[in-house]
Amino acid sequence: MKMIKNFALALTAVAGLTMAANAATAGAHPKQVEWQFEGPFGTFDKASAQRGFQVFKQVCASCHSLKYFKFRNLAALGYEEDMIKAFAAEYEVPGEPDEFGEPTMIKALPQHGIPAPFANENAARASNGGALPPDLSLIVKARHDGANYVYSLMTGYEDAPADVSVTPGKSYNPYFKGGQIGMAPPLSDDIVEYEDGTKATQDQMARDVVNFLTFVAEPHLEQSHSMGLNVILFLLVLTIILYFSMKKVWKPVKEGKHFD
Amino acid sequence: MAHGPAFETNSAVVKWIDDRLPIFSLIHGSLGAGYLAPRNLNYWWNFGSLAGLCLVIQIVTGIVLAMHYTPNTLMAFDSVERIMRDVNYGWLIRYMHANGASMFFIAVYIHILRGLYYGSYKAPREMLWMIGLVIFLLMMATAFMGYVLPWGQMSFWGATVITNLFSAIPVVGDHIVTLLWGGFSVDNPTLNRFFSLHFLLPFVICGVVILHIWALHLPGSNNPLGIDAKGKGDKIPFHPFYTVKDAFGVGVFLIFFSLFLFYAPNALGHPDNYIPADPMVTPDSIVPEWYFLPFYAILRSITFDIGIPFTDIVIIPAKLLGVLAMFGSILLLFALPWLDTSKVRSAKFRPTYRIFFWFLVVDMVILTIVGGKKPEGIWPVVGLIGTAYYFLHFLVVMPLLGKIEQTLPLPESIAKACVKKA
Repeated sequence: MKMIKNFALALTAVAGLTMAANAATAGAHPKQVEWQFEGPFGTFDKASAQRGFQVFKQVCASCHSLKYFKFRNLAALGYEEDMIKAFAAEYEVPGEPDEFGEPTMIKALPQHGIPAPFANENAARASNGGALPPDLSLIVKARHDGANYVYSLMTGYEDAPADVSVTPGKSYNPYFKGGQIGMAPPLSDDIVEYEDGTKATQDQMARDVVNFLTFVAEPHLEQSHSMGLNVILFLLVLTIILYFSMKKVWKPVKEGKHFD
Repeated sequence: MAHGPAFETNSAVVKWIDDRLPIFSLIHGSLGAGYLAPRNLNYWWNFGSLAGLCLVIQIVTGIVLAMHYTPNTLMAFDSVERIMRDVNYGWLIRYMHANGASMFFIAVYIHILRGLYYGSYKAPREMLWMIGLVIFLLMMATAFMGYVLPWGQMSFWGATVITNLFSAIPVVGDHIVTLLWGGFSVDNPTLNRFFSLHFLLPFVICGVVILHIWALHLPGSNNPLGIDAKGKGDKIPFHPFYTVKDAFGVGVFLIFFSLFLFYAPNALGHPDNYIPADPMVTPDSIVPEWYFLPFYAILRSITFDIGIPFTDIVIIPAKLLGVLAMFGSILLLFALPWLDTSKVRSAKFRPTYRIFFWFLVVDMVILTIVGGKKPEGIWPVVGLIGTAYYFLHFLVVMPLLGKIEQTLPLPESIAKACVKKA
């Protein structure tokens, strides 16, 4: 356990070189949160991700799309098939043309995703004071220290320092590049009512959304972690066997025997 | 010649085939007991076979990825995400391929540094060294084009920056760029030809690797002592001794690979490449993959024109000079066998060269860091000094050192140096 932790540290150090090389983007250094999905044994906090899905539907989805997410993916968060169908059925998506060739709308199925809130980029910008709300399917992987970044952004709104004049329609958020963000503070206490009774504080909702979005960005994370453990254990045994095979095969060479 | 015992078999079928197509003899003579290698190769000699393994991993995973990938600017990013989400084990194959590229470069950089340290480029192995450099150049081209394929922001802007370099070439530059793009900007035709070439080049690399091994087997492997292995007891059969040692190396290497693959698959990548390419939005800073950073630093370190003093006449503009410096930094290595004037191969017996070797390694690390920084503050100066030292090392230090260095006495033979008195 300790050894694996050290391995992880060494990895981080190696990766750090690249990250240090890649960093240096404007925006405050994100607050550091301990996430359950981090580390070699990390798993999704399913209850939290489920709540995050609820926050996404009720809050984020009014401006942000989630292109690569499909309702069927919810099975991995522990939802049963009929619940997934019910979630999907809350939305309408374009169906096949009817017998007269007219477009139709059908209730969404598990293979569909949440419909995008805007028809196109121009419509999105027009409704958001010129700013484009990005698709959030990959946001956690598309930002440096993504999970902490999203959490910090959600919880990091504050009054602008005296020397900064905030453009009308923008809000001050030190974690956002440039400090002025087109998104008004999205999460305030009790903006949603959690089905599992958890108190919906801003901090709680931000954590839940990050857990959900991390799941959407890297749906195979748990599988990767458990497979990695098996693969590395196998390789360790194999390598140890190979090491002693090598020592045995090489013994006559080390003893000075000639082979030519 | 590094030939050991001829191929023998008890199987009539194998013998029948081998008499008509000596494929078994070929394998026996190049990777089997028929190839004799110095008895004192250390673990730094593992990285040749590891690089070969990486090439195989890249080709196998790459072919599977090509079955699911769509080389079209409107669909490329989506098709990669489909691989990551819906293709069975697609995430594993794609992360193997992406991290495999980094592992390949790690193996090859260590392989090259080993050659530099032990003088493996010196007579009679000049061709071997130069063919290796050709492989390195092909790898760089392949990796660069592969990074463009997911069509993320860094793919697009990396392609834009690097292809634009060719416009610095006088007279024909713009035509070359148009040819690379297949049009007048980085767009769908660029993606299509990069995909085609990214598929082709690895097989070209395979061919050149065969030449590399061919050129190795004539003089045989160099060794940590750098002296010729020709005496009695100097050599041992490649199989089983180096096959088992290479296999052990493979085990260790795959564990290292797995740590990245399963636990930090994006640590070596750039987050911006998870944003779909957008020609209207330039990223904050455009940085290549880590393995290109030292050369990128050399490219950017040149910010001055060369002209006639006290006039406005520019002979070589800064951009061209930077491009020349970057390509020159690798092409220079082709001349290394003649730039190094020392008669002694191994740094083991060259106490002064040994120090300069490590200076060079540190210089490369510094250039790697500089390559990843925005060109602000002290970084351009550090980059310029690092670049200057790189060229100084090969153009001044190497030729001079060979003449003036007091080398240590060489052992009489490998067997004498390695085999303990029995």
